[in-house]
Formats: sequence, structure tokens, C-alpha cells
Amino acid sequence: MAETLTQSAADAEDVDHGRRFLFWWLGISIVATPLVAIFLGPAIPPGHGTVEAAGQVVDNTVLVAISTPVCAFVLVMLAYTLTKFRSRAGVLEDGEPIRGNNRIQVLWVAITTVTVLFLAGFGSYELVSDGAGGGQGPSAAFTPVGYQKALDVQVIGQQWQFTYRYPSAGGVETPDLVLPENTLVRFHVTSLDAIHSFWAYELGVKADANPGVDNIAYVTTKGPLTFHVRCAELCGLWHGYMDDVGHVVSQSDFSAFLAKEKAVYAPIMKYLPPYAKTYLPDPQQRAG
Amino acid sequence: MTGEVALARPRSGWSRLIGFNLLTAVVLGIGGYYLGWFLGHHITGASVDYFGDTDQNDISVFLGYILGVIGFLVGLGFANYPFARLRGYPPSLREKESEGVGRYFGLCTDHKVVGMQYLCGIGLFFFIGGLNAMLIRFELLRPNMQAFPAGQYLTLVGIHGSMMMGMMTSGILGPFANYLVPLMIGARRMAFPRIEALTFWLLMAAGAILTTTIFFGGFPTGWTGYQPLMDQANAGMDSYIVFFALVGISMSLLGLNMLATIITMRAPGLTWSRLPIFCWGVVSTAILMLLAAPVLVAVLSMGMLDRTAQTTYFVVQGGGSPYLYENLFWVFGHPEVYILALPGFAIVLEIIPVFARKPLWGYRLAVAGLLGVSLLSWLVWQHHIFMSGIDSNLRPFYMLSTELISIPTGFTFICGLMTLWRGKIRYSVPLLFCLAWFFNFLIGGLSGVFLSDVPSDTTTHGSFFSMAHFHYTIMGGLVFTFFAAIYYWVPKMTGFQLNERLGKIHFWTMFLMFNSTFAPLFAIGFLDQPRRAVSYAPSLQFLNDWASVSAFALGISMLIFLYNFVWSLAFARVPAGANPWGSRSLEFQLPSPVPVHNFDRIPVIAGDIYDYGTPAPAPTAVPAPAGGAS
Repeated sequence: MAETLTQSAADAEDVDHGRRFLFWWLGISIVATPLVAIFLGPAIPPGHGTVEAAGQVVDNTVLVAISTPVCAFVLVMLAYTLTKFRSRAGVLEDGEPIRGNNRIQVLWVAITTVTVLFLAGFGSYELVSDGAGGGQGPSAAFTPVGYQKALDVQVIGQQWQFTYRYPSAGGVETPDLVLPENTLVRFHVTSLDAIHSFWAYELGVKADANPGVDNIAYVTTKGPLTFHVRCAELCGLWHGYMDDVGHVVSQSDFSAFLAKEKAVYAPIMKYLPPYAKTYLPDPQQRAG
Repeated sequence: MTGEVALARPRSGWSRLIGFNLLTAVVLGIGGYYLGWFLGHHITGASVDYFGDTDQNDISVFLGYILGVIGFLVGLGFANYPFARLRGYPPSLREKESEGVGRYFGLCTDHKVVGMQYLCGIGLFFFIGGLNAMLIRFELLRPNMQAFPAGQYLTLVGIHGSMMMGMMTSGILGPFANYLVPLMIGARRMAFPRIEALTFWLLMAAGAILTTTIFFGGFPTGWTGYQPLMDQANAGMDSYIVFFALVGISMSLLGLNMLATIITMRAPGLTWSRLPIFCWGVVSTAILMLLAAPVLVAVLSMGMLDRTAQTTYFVVQGGGSPYLYENLFWVFGHPEVYILALPGFAIVLEIIPVFARKPLWGYRLAVAGLLGVSLLSWLVWQHHIFMSGIDSNLRPFYMLSTELISIPTGFTFICGLMTLWRGKIRYSVPLLFCLAWFFNFLIGGLSGVFLSDVPSDTTTHGSFFSMAHFHYTIMGGLVFTFFAAIYYWVPKMTGFQLNERLGKIHFWTMFLMFNSTFAPLFAIGFLDQPRRAVSYAPSLQFLNDWASVSAFALGISMLIFLYNFVWSLAFARVPAGANPWGSRSLEFQLPSPVPVHNFDRIPVIAGDIYDYGTPAPAPTAVPAPAGGAS
């Protein structure tokens, strides 16, 4: 008797399941999304050390904010379903034979499509506006404003270290990466052997170093900064130890740095190949 | 002409060891290897590799592997039937009809035997790959090298990745589709039973070859085998190339067989709109296998020629380009990851209606989702090389196409969730694993959106974030549903129940420890730890140790499963009955164990297999009338 009562009570509530779920989902989303966007988003790396890095933080914030209601939808629905629609123990009973609902299907397709198109559009806008710190190849399709006057810095990956050349200082090659503050820098990333990836973490830069390719990435530095460089593409035995530390310094310190490097490396400059977009070792004779 | 293909007659004692069997296969395989080795050394002297002389001869290693595989297959008896046909004997399926345990260790064309062979064979390599993962996590307990030299660490990473990405591609289609598709569509066999057996034995040969890489010093490239690193590497690289090429051949043949079977061998009445959703998942996966795997075989053959015949496909100094390798590899590689994920989607959608006791919600939408993912997965491969500098103008397109994939993936989510909605849910172990899929794939999918967004990808690309992402999608997506399938179908396949209590313990340890292992890795990736690096910043040690300890517990959960599997099937042996879950699906209408020829009469499909909740549903199938469809 009690069973039939609860059964009919549940039937009376049936219309409300969808609305209740919506209530919980919207409620949680409306509360959680701003919290995530305000507190979690800006804390996501790579930080605000450069314009590009800060742009990536904005991207990450938007993505994590949009993910929140999506996440809430699936989790709330799972939680609601799994608690409300349990079978009674030891009874094999059937659910309702609902085979679909055109309105929900159309709505679902429409909402996911709009979300996805927004994300792709937003990401493309962020990418096209400044290249987002990623390696863009020799033709650098998406260039930031004022790219003609950017400071060129070449990054040469080889097993298993990075070296850097400054064409503005006569092509001096040094193992130290130093950049001036408040400057648009154009990295020319290339490799002498395997594929490496120049990942300057705090700068928000990542560009693969391919042999024979001049891969360009832009970054706009802000204030002084110490940043870490790691190789992000498996390049052989000591890949795990292919790291480096670089510095963003004031303009005067940067000039002093270049002058010092030129003086230190002057004796070996004549052994270096002249500055070029790519360098390749002589072809190897291979057999068997 | 007697009309019989000559096969071993029943014999007794030691003479049984002589003939076409696994023992002969191994002997001929090793013999073939040394023959190839010998020939290789006669063709050419010691090789000169990319950066200097070594005493390793790539030509003889390749010839050894290839002749070894041929010897292995001949020893198993794969050459007998073609030769018998050449000599004029009529077609026959005699290999199917041998009996006893012995047929599980040789060439057998019974799809049920092949399914069980796949389950155990793939399980073996899954555990080897998992053991490698344990060793990797052990090494990462400390920020600097401790247990393994750098080269060994890379080999561990490479074997783990290749083993999982290579062997587990067939992780669901191999055991479950081979076993179940003929039963689900009302057929007596697969379309090409010998090709079916061939796919399995090729895969076993491949797995064995990959493990032999340790005798040649391993390989440094990880599972992607990027050039020019592949060109530089020593002979351990050859094992990787032959391994993955054999996997590719096995995969494309498996896909061909599945498509041919489902297209041509459905029982009368089984229209496309009645096809079980699992079979739709198999179709969408098989299309990818058939079309993507040949690209892999091609690119690896080019790599092999670069290493042996002095071609320069990927050597920049000779006019080649590593971009060619990256593109060709990911043209295969991205469909490949959906080859891993799609069967998982299908299993979730197949199992949920049984345990919610409801029809599958939005059948057409679910099918569209599976086929949509299958189609879109061809258009996204360059998101793996966003930072490589190749044609950056295309990046917005690849960003769009990658994010579009979340639409058909979303179909699977909404269909699964809405099937649960208002169901009468029974919390059995198979359902628990399917529910975990929703959680894992949700995290995996959302993290994928970060990777597809180029500005965000600048940080996450090649870091532990992407590593955590694909473990959430593949381990959380494929391996969880793999276990769902085991708990759901193995009672049918063997006739014995798996212990429910141990199954639940396995589920909860695996689910919690899986998340505890991989969730911190998202943070580690965001905090500047690149993949495949043996050292990391000391400040990340706590998170890494947390992940490592959780990974060991995850490994222990696998041992709980193994204990359950062996104990339930070998010792407890509680009969499961023909239909332990009350499913309407056709395979559960057959007796346990399933007879050799499956159906005495080919059934006529009369009702919808998802017809739960209807007061008096039509039976799934009725036997064809005598003299009717055969």
C-alpha cells in the first residue's frame, strides 16, 4: 500500500524532474562560473610576464569559464539521475520506453554548435591578433602590430642545448638568452639535428625547432623577468636535461650584455658560419 | 579428390608437437630471423648510421624480422590453405572444427576462439605496457635521474606508449567485436575467418617484436617516432618500425573484415536502423582502421628505406623534410586516437540501456555522433603540430575542425545521459565502468578544448597537460569501457560469473586512483613540466610523487582484477546462465557456451533489441523457417 502511494506521488512529480534538474544546473552554473572566471582563471599559467603570456591567460580564463557550465551539466545530470532513478533492490523492472525527444535533440545540437563556434572564433581572433606566442613558420602569417621593427633573436636547438644569436650585434652567438624590456622580439627558431621545441615558459612562447626551417614566434616583453626555457619535443638521450634560464632586462643592461658578449666571443666569431636563417651540417654519407 | 584439406589428424603423445602449431611457429620464426640476419650480412657490411659507425646492421635486422614473421605464420599453418587451394582442393573451414584447449594456441578460424585469444593476448601486452608505466612513475619519484639511465628511461616511455597505442587499438574490436559481431548480427562466422585469425597472430608477432627492442638498445623516439631522431637511432628503432607496421597491417585487415561482415552478413530483418549501437561503433572504427592504418605502414616503410636504402624522405640535407613525417604520421595518428575512443562510446551506449531498462535514447543521434566523429577525425591532424611552424595560416581551420568534434562527441553524452534519465538503474559492475566513462571523458574532452585552442596550446602543447589529457580520454575512455565490456560479456563468453564484490572493489580503486594519478598531471603540465623528460623542477616533486604513489595503487587495482578474473573463471566457476543481465540483445538469446556454429538456423530479427519498457515486446529474433534463409 505504502509502495503504491510513493509510486503515485512520484508519478505526480514526474513533470518536475526536468525543471528540477534545470534549477540545479542553472543555479550551480550561475554561482560557479563567475567564481571560476574571477578566481581560478587568472591564476592559470603562464602568468602575466609578457603581452602574449597575458593573452594566453585570458584565453585560459574564457575556456575554463565556458567549461564550468558544461561540466556542471554532465555532473548534475549524472548525480540527479543516479540518485532519483534507482531500481528497487532485487526487482527487475523496466523504465519508461522513451526513445527520444526532438526538441531536446535540436536544442542540444544548437547549443553545442553555438558554443563551439564561439570558442573557435574567439581562439582564432586571439591567434590572428598577435600570433599568441606560438611558432608560425617562416612566413609568419599572423603578425603583431609593428613587427617590422621587432628585435631579431635566433634560437638554435641542437642535441642537447639551445644557443642564441643576435643579428643586431653582428650575429654573436651565446649560450645566454637576454632580452630587453618593453620590446617586440622576433624569435627565429631552428635546429641543427633532431626536432626540438623552444618553450620559454614565462614568456608564453613555444616554437618547434626543425632542421632547415626558420620558425618565427613573436613576443612582446614587459618589465624585467627571469624565465625558464625547456625543450618540449623529445629530441633524444638528454632531452630531459635540455633546459636554460633567460632574463628580460632593462634596455641599458641589454646593450651592456650585447657589448660584453661581443667582446667575449670575438676570438671565435671567425669560426662561426655567418648569420643565416638556417644552418645544416654537411650531408652525411649513409649506407646500410 | 576427397574434398578435404589435409589437416593434422588426432594423434597422441609427443608426435602431437610435430605439425603446424605454436611450437613450430616459434621455431620457424626464430629460424627465419637468423636466416634474414645471415642474408642481411651478405647483402651489406656493417651499417654507417646517421652520426657515426656502429656495428649494427639495419638491413639484416629488418630482413630478420620480416622472415621471422613469415616463418611464424607458416609454422602456424597460414600457408596451408592457399597451397591447398592452389593444388585444387575445394574451399573449407576445417580449422574451425578442432576441439579442446589446443585450438586456443594455434590457428583457429572460429570467431569465438579468436575473440578469446585476443582477450588474453592483448591482456598480456596491456600488463607489460602497464608495468612500463609503473617503472616510469618510479623514475619520476625524484626530480633527477635515479633508477634508470636516460636512454633506458626513453625506451620505457617508448615501449609503454607504443604498446598501449599499438596493441590497444584492437583492444575492443579484437576481443569483443570478433566475438560478438557475428552473434549480434545473426551470422555463423566473420566474412573472412582466416584473415580474422591472421590479424590476431600478426598482432602477437608485433608485440613480441616490440619487446625485443631491448636487445638492440631500445629506441629514443617515444611512440611517435619523429624524424630525424628515428633516422639517428640505433637498431632498437627497427623493432619499433616493424612492430608498428605489423600493427598497421593487422588493424587495416581487422577493419576490412568488420566492415565486410557487418555490411554483408546481417541476418534477415536486421536493418541498418535496428543494428545494435555497438555494431555502429564497430563500423565507424573499422572505417578509420581500414583507411588510416595503411598511411602508417607507408610512412614507416619510408622510414625503413631511409634507414636502409639511403633514401632521404626525411633527411633535410637530402631534400627531405621532417614535416613530411609529422604530417603523414598524424594523418594516421589522429584517426588512431578515435580508433581507441569510438569503441568506448559504443560500449557505453550499448550497456546503459540494459542496466537502465530503457530503450536507447535518440538512436539516430547516437549513430550520427559515432559516424560524425569518424568523419571529422580526418580533418584535424595538424593540431598535433600547431607549434611546428608548418603553414600557420591553416591553424584557425584546424582549431575549428578540432572543436567541431566536440559536437558529435556531445551526442554520445546526451544519448547516454538521457537513456539513464527516468530509467530503473541497476548498479552492476559493467554500468559503474560506463558511468566512470562520463566523468573521465568529460575531463578529457574539456582539457582537449584547451589543447585545440592555439593560444592555450602554446603552454600546454608537449607538456604533461597534453599527456594527462590523452590518458583521460584513452585510459579513462577506452580502458574503463574495456573493463565494462569484460564484466558485461565475459560471463557470456566463458559461461562463468565474475565476482561482483571483487569487481566493485576493482572499480572503486581503479576509478579513484586513476583520477588521483592523472588529475595532478594537468597542474604539472601547466607548471612547466614537458613530456618524456627524465628530470623536472624540484618544486614539482610533491605533485609528481602524489601521481606516482597513486599510479602504484592504480597498478594494484589491476592486480585485483587479475585475481578476480583468474579466481572466478578457473576456481570459483559459478555458472552465469545464458542471460545474466536480462538483456534483449541477440548474443544473450543464445545458450552458454555458444555452440560452434552459433545458430542452428539463421535467425530472423523480429524486434528491437532496445525494446525495454514495452509491456509485451516482440522477441528479438525467431529462427528462420526450415528451407528459408540459410
